[in-house]
Amino acid sequence: MVIQIRFFASLRERLQLSDCSLPFEASMTVEQVWSKVTNNESLPANLLCAVNMEYVSLQQVVKAGDEVAFFPPVTGG
Amino acid sequence: MKWPFFHPSRGAEMHIEIRSEAFEPYHEVQVYQEKIQATGQYGATAVFVGTMRDFNEGDDVKGMALEHYPGMTENYLKMVCEEASGRWSIIDSLIIHRVGKLWPNDPIVLVAVWSAHRKDAFEVSRYLMEELKSKAPFWKKEFLADGDRWVQHNTPGY
Repeated sequence: MVIQIRFFASLRERLQLSDCSLPFEASMTVEQVWSKVTNNESLPANLLCAVNMEYVSLQQVVKAGDEVAFFPPVTGG
Repeated sequence: MKWPFFHPSRGAEMHIEIRSEAFEPYHEVQVYQEKIQATGQYGATAVFVGTMRDFNEGDDVKGMALEHYPGMTENYLKMVCEEASGRWSIIDSLIIHRVGKLWPNDPIVLVAVWSAHRKDAFEVSRYLMEELKSKAPFWKKEFLADGDRWVQHNTPGY
């Protein structure tokens, strides 16, 4: 059982990582997912995160099979 | 009375599309309007078109690359259109947004809203644009004479 992680835009370029996966662990929050995949890098200011394509807070608990995404402030339109 | 108690739209239609090729927004509005079933029902159409400039923050911009989060972007815009149909009385809404490489003067986004009366069309087109600019997962990278840079944030439109 794993969770999928995706990065977009400037964050993807800086981390040189567009997607990866992590073994699922019970009670893991989005913030803990960030720490694991970035080797405890501090949280960027204004970081946005989504689980299964919906905005969530960093305290959201993830489930097995979830897709977690991290990205910078949006700049469309 | 305030939302959700006033004039929710009944069965409002919507169409959301992400395009990777250039499009002509006024042609899209015309073609889409010809397909709207509610002929005679709408009295107001509000159209917003966002176009790429050749300058930003004091620099010449040669072009840009627009990235999005496929799936989440469409879901988010659909949710905002549905929310708007509950708060205002609208008949139809159309959103087309570009991704990929763009050049100055290329249309970036089209938002068109049809309603019986102008208040709803004006307010919903503005609402959809502001939600899109502040929350829909798109990102712009500008091509400048001396390199590329990510646009850091959008400014509020209100």
